[in-house]
Amino acid sequence: MSYIKPSFRHPDLPSNDLGYTKKDYEGVLSTLCAGCGHDSISSAILQSCFEMSIEPHKIAKISGIGCSSKTPTYFLGNSHGFNSVHGRMPSVATGANLANRELTYIGVSGDGDTASIGMGQFAHVVRRNLNMVYIVMNNGCYGLTKGQDSATADIGSKSKAGSVNIYEPIDLASLALELGASFVGRSFSGDKHQLIPLIKAAISHPGFALIDVVSPCVTFNNNAGSTKAYDYVRDHLDATSTVDFVPMKKEIVTSYQDGSSKEVTMHDGSVIHLQKLAEGWDPLDRESALNALHTARNKGEILTGLLYMDAESQGLHDMIETVNKPLNSLAEKELCPGNQALQNINESFR
Amino acid sequence: MKPTNLQGPDYYHKVVDCQYACPAHTPVPEYIRLIAEQRYTEAYMINWESNVFPGVLGRVCDRPCEPACRRGRVEEEPVAICRLKRVAADNKGDIQALLPAVAKKNGKKIVLIGAGPASLTVARDLLPLGYSIDIYDDQSAAGGMMRSQIPDFRLPEVVLNEEVNYILNMGAVTHFNSYVSSLQEVLDKPYDAVFIGTGAPKGRDLPALPGRQDGNENIHVGIDWLSSVAFEHTSRIGKRVIVLGGGNTAMDCCRTARRLGGDDVKVVVRSPFADMKASPWEKEDAMHEDIPIHDNHVPKEFVVEDGKLKGMIFEKVEAVYDKAGKRSLLPTGEDPVFMECDDVLVAIGQENTFPWIERDLGIDFNKWDMPAVDEQTFQTSLPRVFIGGDAAFGPENVITAVAQGHQVAISIDQFCRGEKVTERPAPNFEIASQKMGMHEWLYGNDVVDSQRFIVPLVDKKKALKNHKVEVELGFDIATGLKEAERCLNCDMQTVFSTSLCIECDACVDICPTDCITFAEDGEEKDLRTRLSAPATNQTQDLLVSKTLPTKRLMIKDENVCLHCGLCAERCPTAAWDMQKFFYSESQVGRTCKK
Ligand SMILES: Cc1cc2nc3c(=O)[nH]c(=O)nc-3n(C[C@H](O)[C@H](O)[C@H](O)COP(=O)(O)OP(=O)(O)OC[C@H]3O[C@@H](n4cnc5c(N)ncnc54)[C@H](O)[C@@H]3O)c2cc1C
Ligand SMILES: Cc1ncc(C[n+]2csc(CCOP(=O)(O)OP(=O)(O)O)c2C)c(N)n1
Ligand code: SF4
Ligand code: SF4
Ligand code: SF4
Ligand SMILES: [Mg+2]
Repeated sequence: MSYIKPSFRHPDLPSNDLGYTKKDYEGVLSTLCAGCGHDSISSAILQSCFEMSIEPHKIAKISGIGCSSKTPTYFLGNSHGFNSVHGRMPSVATGANLANRELTYIGVSGDGDTASIGMGQFAHVVRRNLNMVYIVMNNGCYGLTKGQDSATADIGSKSKAGSVNIYEPIDLASLALELGASFVGRSFSGDKHQLIPLIKAAISHPGFALIDVVSPCVTFNNNAGSTKAYDYVRDHLDATSTVDFVPMKKEIVTSYQDGSSKEVTMHDGSVIHLQKLAEGWDPLDRESALNALHTARNKGEILTGLLYMDAESQGLHDMIETVNKPLNSLAEKELCPGNQALQNINESFR
Repeated sequence: MKPTNLQGPDYYHKVVDCQYACPAHTPVPEYIRLIAEQRYTEAYMINWESNVFPGVLGRVCDRPCEPACRRGRVEEEPVAICRLKRVAADNKGDIQALLPAVAKKNGKKIVLIGAGPASLTVARDLLPLGYSIDIYDDQSAAGGMMRSQIPDFRLPEVVLNEEVNYILNMGAVTHFNSYVSSLQEVLDKPYDAVFIGTGAPKGRDLPALPGRQDGNENIHVGIDWLSSVAFEHTSRIGKRVIVLGGGNTAMDCCRTARRLGGDDVKVVVRSPFADMKASPWEKEDAMHEDIPIHDNHVPKEFVVEDGKLKGMIFEKVEAVYDKAGKRSLLPTGEDPVFMECDDVLVAIGQENTFPWIERDLGIDFNKWDMPAVDEQTFQTSLPRVFIGGDAAFGPENVITAVAQGHQVAISIDQFCRGEKVTERPAPNFEIASQKMGMHEWLYGNDVVDSQRFIVPLVDKKKALKNHKVEVELGFDIATGLKEAERCLNCDMQTVFSTSLCIECDACVDICPTDCITFAEDGEEKDLRTRLSAPATNQTQDLLVSKTLPTKRLMIKDENVCLHCGLCAERCPTAAWDMQKFFYSESQVGRTCKK
């Protein structure tokens, strides 16, 4: 078993606007099971941050507990990281984000970490529209503790040991929509073509962005009869549309046919192109997204792609009008503005 | 694209860059691993089977393997393949018992004309099978140009003698100091087959240059001069020496001259420095011995006064290249340059000559008045006469002579057994999984970062005092081990099974050098642009799977694969496996006891 990745890379590796190559965004060698879907998601996150030329030290990775929550060690080794407590990633992310609004926050969680123990925290971070990307690596089980059914396991899905799940599943995408999430997507670990642009859009989105990524657990939930197995997922995928993310600075080169495509301009000027739209679905209409999800679920399909986006979204900082700068950059002059300032405040309450 | 054809050895053979580039297809990574395990004798024998002269070649091989080595595409420098061969030779044990047994005489008699590496290889391959072999050579000992041309300071005589004797001791009957002056006479004797391995023994001269005749006493043809040094007929040269030419012979001439009294030795060459034929390391070695190289100088005249050579006049030129890249050397119009000297060594090339082959024997000669030789069988139009080594297609090098010698032995054996010479034995190859446990391999798959180690040299003063002192000291054991670790084990093939792949992307994600892609089908030209990293090295193949369930293909660009095995370690279904591919070029019979 290799513990160290060779240091050689492809000699023609491209570099991004910062002059960095993908290597500068790598972490240490993964210790997850060979073939775990989570590793592919790690690689998609890495690729997205590289392509967006985000300075690694301007990113914070925050996670809970689980195989999924371990992954931040395996990407963005030059970024900040906090591997927190089971189900408590949202509160740590909230605290960090409020203290320093200038970082890109990538939260990584599992279906257990989010839909079971972390459900309460999840609901509130959605409501608050905290500016972060929240990725759920969703394998329908508790991988780290040997594959018990999780709250996202479908009714009738069979575990490796042969038991069949009898409880209603929680659909995190629908739930987030109900709770007012301003960006909701779903994808599959085995489809980087879709996942990477979704992650980039989520990073650009000001506010809370959930991406629920179906990510097979090869060791405990990749058996026949499981609805989270590679084969099953591939057979039941249904995309709302293809997603193409064009960052603000780049010129739009692809031409799109009328009628089957839509363009959504984001807050920062980036554009999302959506090609071949699902019937009756409008990515800017929350209700149509919920309907599309219901329809797909009734047909036994897994609807992927960008599901909903609020192009007017304002993050938590703007909602509560916090100071514009990271707290650690506030000097004594700003923190203790002096007696006159205090008097003025007192005056305002008279 | 069509799935890669993995039947037969061709695809995987090409992946082992060094072995593929070696004219004798020496199993390089296999012997390097044996060195890494300090199994020097086995490492030596693997070499000996393929290239016959590991001790010699570990010092003087032209090493076409090294520019081909994958490591050179991954970082700055290739593995020191050649010098590792010397490590095996220097540290091996007694190999006598491992040499092939000689079978009972089979009644067939072969004559070899010339005792260079080509002939000696034919002898080594045929003697164990029971052939009787007579060897004729005009020199006083066997080895051909390895003895007469390659100077002692690059190749000590003891090393050469040892490896030549392994062959002669198998029972060759030698006739030294015997110049063959008529092929007719040889054909009149009862030989079943004749092999001509007489090399390219004629050095080019400048007969028409003014002053050539008058200065004759101090103007020497390079290869003749080198052999007279080798056979100890010459031991001194003047203080100021001009060496004409830019090839390897010129480099050996100037370095030898430095050791025989030449204090002010310079090389003068017509072409630009970069176009010189000498290997880069030989130019470096010459310059290291304080020998300046004057390029773009065309010889115009030997200046002789009172019957004594005073120097040479040169015209300065510059290289101009036309659209097709063809070079012409045009005079710059500057004043001619005069260089003083006491002696001149003319090292401007060699030729084959066959004054001793009668033209009416049934051997066809081509338009260059050279015997026509079949490139695969080395047979001439007179079926029992074969030609190989430098004699066949002009001057090359030792390893090419050896490679051709093996092929000649096959042809002679087929011929003597009444079989078609065009029917050749197939090469041997095996491929075997290296899986030892879940993620354990039978080979060391970690990739070290170390840069190429430098071979230490003997003190320059000491080296220049005596032309028999070997300049390179060779790697010591510890450095040899470290250099061996640099090998990427390119024979550990990444073998892919389409039916096992679940397209989880784990291999794509882990591969350090972005070799692997799952992509929609297309023409190769288009596919090469759509991979994880563009596959621009057209000399390197793509491994293409059958169509996968998602209708995509798995495509692996072999170019910079580190053979690290991570793809196979990360594959949940063992769709990737690391398998050792062992290839040995076809040879006549088996030459070694197992
Ligand atoms: C100065 C110099 C340096 C070289 N350095 C290197 C090097 O570093 N590495 C490398 O790989 N190669 C080197 N070479 C090339 C290499 O030596 C030859 O390519 C190789 O030896 C060719 O082998 P061969 O068996 O074809 O012929 P040769 O080695 O040339 O052997 C032919 C033999 O036949 C004898 N002979 C010729 N005609 C007759 C006849 N009519 N009757 C009897 N005997 C005859 C010759 O005397 C000679 O002994 C060098 C060559 C020269 C000139
Ligand atoms: C407070 C607490 N309760 C329970 C656990 C045990 N535990 C560890 S990981 C895990 C579930 C992880 O499941 P998920 O988030 O889906 O991650 P996966 O391993 O499937 O990626 C549980 C229950 C714990 N570590 N801490
Ligand atoms: S147990 Fe499952 S989720 Fe955890 S690393 Fe292994 S495959 Fe991935
Ligand atoms: S790395 Fe080793 S096996 Fe690969 S080409 Fe170089 S010497 Fe040969
Ligand atoms: S062995 Fe596999 S992982 Fe390693 S470089 Fe080659 S293809 Fe990539
Ligand atoms: Mg899980």
